[in-house]
Amino acid sequence: MTSIPETLPAARGRAAAWAPRPGVVAAWILLALVALAVAWPSLLAARDPNAADPATALAGPGAGHLFGTDELGRDVLSRVVYGARPSLFIGAGSTLTALVAGSLLGVLAATSGRAVDGVVMRVADVLLAFPGLLLALLVIAAIGPGTTDAMIALACASVPGFIRIARSQGLVIRRADYVRAAVVLGRGRAAIQLRHVLPNALPPLLAFAMINIGAAIISGATLSFLGLGPPAPTPEWGAMLSTSRGYLSVAWAPAVFPGLAITVTVIAVNVAGRDLRRRFEGRQAVPRA
Amino acid sequence: MPDQDRSADGSRPLVDVRGLRVSFPARRVTIEAVRGVDFTLGAGECLAVVGESGSGKSVTARALLGLAGARARVEASRLELAGEDLLAMTPRRLREIRGGRIGLVLQDALTSLDPLRTVEAEIAEALRNHRVVGPDRVRERVVELLRDVGVPEPRERARQYAHQLSGGLRQRALIASALAARPEALVADEPTTALDVTTQARLLRLLAAKKAEGMAVLLISHDLAVVAGLADRIAVMYRGEFVEQRPAAELLAAPAHPYTRALLAAVPSAHATPPRRARPGTASGSGTSSGPGVACGSGTASGEGAPLLVAEGLTKSFRGQDGTRRVALDGVSFEVRAGEVLGVVGESGSGKTTVATIVLGLLAPDSGTVRLGGKPWSGLPEAARRPLRPRIQLVPQDPFGSFDPRYPVERIIAEAVPERGEARRRRIGALLDLVGLPGHLLGRRPPQLSGGERQRVAIARALAPRPDLLVCDEPVSALDVSVQAHVLDLLDDLRERLGTAMLFISHDLGVIRRTSDRVLVMRSGRVVETGPVRDVLDHPTHPYTRELIAALPRLGLSAGSPPADAGTRLMRVSAPGSPTAPMTQRELS
Amino acid sequence: MRPAGRWLLGRLPRAVIVLVGAATVTFVAFHLLPGDPARVSLGTPNPTAQLVATTRHQMGLDRPLAQQYLVFVGRLARGDLGMSYQLHEPVARVIGRGLWPTVELALAAFALAVVVAVPLAVATAGRRRASAALSWTVELVLISSPSFWIGILLLTLFSFDLRLFPVISGTSARGLVLPAVTLAASIVGVLTQILREGLERALDEPFTTSARARGSGETGVRLRHGLRHTLIPLLTTSGWILGALFTGSVVVETVFSRQGLGRVAAAAITGRDLPTVTGVVVVSALAFTVLNIALDAAYHLVDPRLREAAA
Repeated sequence: MTSIPETLPAARGRAAAWAPRPGVVAAWILLALVALAVAWPSLLAARDPNAADPATALAGPGAGHLFGTDELGRDVLSRVVYGARPSLFIGAGSTLTALVAGSLLGVLAATSGRAVDGVVMRVADVLLAFPGLLLALLVIAAIGPGTTDAMIALACASVPGFIRIARSQGLVIRRADYVRAAVVLGRGRAAIQLRHVLPNALPPLLAFAMINIGAAIISGATLSFLGLGPPAPTPEWGAMLSTSRGYLSVAWAPAVFPGLAITVTVIAVNVAGRDLRRRFEGRQAVPRA
Repeated sequence: MPDQDRSADGSRPLVDVRGLRVSFPARRVTIEAVRGVDFTLGAGECLAVVGESGSGKSVTARALLGLAGARARVEASRLELAGEDLLAMTPRRLREIRGGRIGLVLQDALTSLDPLRTVEAEIAEALRNHRVVGPDRVRERVVELLRDVGVPEPRERARQYAHQLSGGLRQRALIASALAARPEALVADEPTTALDVTTQARLLRLLAAKKAEGMAVLLISHDLAVVAGLADRIAVMYRGEFVEQRPAAELLAAPAHPYTRALLAAVPSAHATPPRRARPGTASGSGTSSGPGVACGSGTASGEGAPLLVAEGLTKSFRGQDGTRRVALDGVSFEVRAGEVLGVVGESGSGKTTVATIVLGLLAPDSGTVRLGGKPWSGLPEAARRPLRPRIQLVPQDPFGSFDPRYPVERIIAEAVPERGEARRRRIGALLDLVGLPGHLLGRRPPQLSGGERQRVAIARALAPRPDLLVCDEPVSALDVSVQAHVLDLLDDLRERLGTAMLFISHDLGVIRRTSDRVLVMRSGRVVETGPVRDVLDHPTHPYTRELIAALPRLGLSAGSPPADAGTRLMRVSAPGSPTAPMTQRELS
Repeated sequence: MRPAGRWLLGRLPRAVIVLVGAATVTFVAFHLLPGDPARVSLGTPNPTAQLVATTRHQMGLDRPLAQQYLVFVGRLARGDLGMSYQLHEPVARVIGRGLWPTVELALAAFALAVVVAVPLAVATAGRRRASAALSWTVELVLISSPSFWIGILLLTLFSFDLRLFPVISGTSARGLVLPAVTLAASIVGVLTQILREGLERALDEPFTTSARARGSGETGVRLRHGLRHTLIPLLTTSGWILGALFTGSVVVETVFSRQGLGRVAAAAITGRDLPTVTGVVVVSALAFTVLNIALDAAYHLVDPRLREAAA
């Protein structure tokens, strides 16, 4: 009863399937570079990011300063490299926190009866009624600006999304035939949660987390751009772009390179994440009977 | 074979195909779906292509319209429709042919009609593409077309959407859209598979009427019984080739190819008990080795002893999304005795699945009770019921969904085995033997097994807790016919060896006849008839049961043979090659 | 339409809960603040303790927290958004000033994004040509770029170097162009991908084979059948789109020094101006809730299967 032989897998996102493969390798290399910048920035940047030299302020890229200098004469390249740590801390850290907290709350909501479910869902609904950044802004208003504070704020803003997914996964799995089968076999509720529900709920959550990281990095940079991230003079990509605005008419380098860093990092995260997801989903593909 | 080159009246055939090959080039290997088939089709003729899943029959049908898919590579020495070469056609001419000279009807109108467009819009699409009538007359013509295929209240139906019509009506609407531009040939790919038996019968009559009007019909199906009433010629397809292609009556009476014979023999019939097939050699000796010709009916050691499961006055209704109540069960009572097989048969919506769910203790009835071994079962709190659960186990329709996707076979069965350690390993081995599976499958995961193997794993898991009662919920419906027979044999053997009682749910009367001692006929939440299976199926008393049986497609001669009286049985091929007595058939009423 | 009215009434309690919840969250957030709204309101660098105490009393800040909350909710229910601490104007007026420019920006950006995304999705769905790969790459870059960076780049190029558009976008139409393009760029990537995926999924369904079997060509199938099916994933993503438009407007308004609700919000937060922040929060929550209800209604319009109980 098949029109196409069973062994031919349906092509997923055919247009996307034609994106260049060597890109995936490049993405991973880039991510490795970024990880290096986070862990050992001194390996990649020769100069002190905070060393100011007003005489050479706002110089374009050239010998000695590959990415030019900013308004205080600091080397943009070094600042970009050292800026990786706070930028990624805010982005990746908030996603991880939201993942853990959201998964627990969501599975709890799905499996603990109507009352708990009702409360968790109402709270998530209220939080989701806020446009993403507004919630983060509110939290920052409450706890003050700073690197860790920005991370917490973003985590709060991302949590409702994870709760929703974890909950809907929990609900679906709870009704799955294999859970039914386990009930028929006489297994206890706790055994079913631990051995069937939780392990099967994880993959979509991880996939969502991978999608989220890129967006979180951008959101973190946005918060810093608005002045709510790490305080000066800590280098951070969003903050650097913010200050560059004042000198747009005379210098383009401080306005371009930090933004390039953000974009390239997020591209790499998205490409690598998509590749991982494709492999992940392939293993769980449903065959035709 | 001259009679395949010329249609009945000797004129040139409408469809002429020679050497058709369809392949799908993929990255590492090219999949050859169709490996060289020849056939012709003339006006007023019906050619049925019968095969199991993966045989290539659907691809063949679609290749005739150039719809095998963008990735398909179609080659043929001849592929002609009314003299025009399909392979050499321009895309524009191809579009004119589709619907204009040859139409296509797919399975399941729910997905084959655009759910976001009205029935009228779908039919009108064909009219507009081929400019059959002027734009101002389109609406009228749509209503006429719907009336022509037997849709009542066509004006109202035209403005509705596919999901608002019943299965039979929307399939008719789909047929109307395929016939709108008055093609000379119709390709029907499993047109009735998604329908209930009674609806199916009515739809086949519609196709027969079209054929009588002169339409050439290419009918694709996996079900020999369905095509038997309609086809003039039958082609049996296996792995991309026609293993046999002959006039229907000849093929059904005296099949030449072993695969055809296997296919015929494997079709369970509601009208006679086919001989039990010997199970293919398995590890530990098979309990029963019945050869062909031995009519091992079920019904030997049943009905003895106290009833195992007693259900009394079960009612259950569900609230739909908009608040309406749907009554699933309305006072259902029955009992299952130790060691017997009680079949439950009914069409969709009859409530048989709800019965299974309640018996399994997964759903509480609104009223009524289920007692197991004399003690309460349905009213128990889950904690009290859990230790008793091993007594009732489930063999599901789709075992794939009931396996945790991460578990290999070993873990799936191990989860059900109460023993631990070395004893557990031995028990798992014994269970595999019991169901006839080789040990090397233990490490495999469900996606790597065939449908039949998966079902055996499900059976092994169900038997692990040593249940008294097995609830089998359509256990073979998702399997190919040849595999069905093996699994049914297995269930029979297990029943005889282990004495397990079974509650066997199915929509297929032939399967019920084959496996059950007694049968329960359900309709709209009520039991309309019950009794020993042979009595109920051969001498039905309730009008609904009669309708159900009459609607079954039969393997036999095409319509036109003289009507027989009610008691006529269908005699089956009992051994390969032996001559058979002429078969008679009651006309489809 | 009575059933529609009943359905609407059914959605109201939930909407009210969300609104009250949103306002409560704001209230709670602000009362966790170490800062003192009275001082902010006074604005003078070193107010005397006496002045602060008087101001606190005037603002009702010395009453118990629960009482303040009730007063707060009561005022909201009456539609009284209070006075801005920072600007000493009625909050309603402050918000009113910023509302239209933001709405204008959001609408322009959305229209632009749709106008680009839909034809792109229709043209590239299911196709394997180089154009599809190119489109995908461009989308990826757009998705991965922070909107403020795109804005800055556009500013540099078109305003400073080429001098085509004003640096500070006032209320002119010309001033709307760059901000709208920037905001549109931040959503067009995701929009195209969602539409394309929806279209590809629809094109895989049997009903497109039926349509082709009726003689429809590729374009006809895409336009007549596929397009309507992309509306569903579009509606599903609308929630995200709205969020992205708001977030984007905060950023874009800052980059282009443009008047609008986003900037009002940002300033109010850094200035700890509770009434204004509450006003903005309530207004956006209201907008979101209304739009969500509208989206649900739209679902029923687009997908006839949802209009009645399951068959």
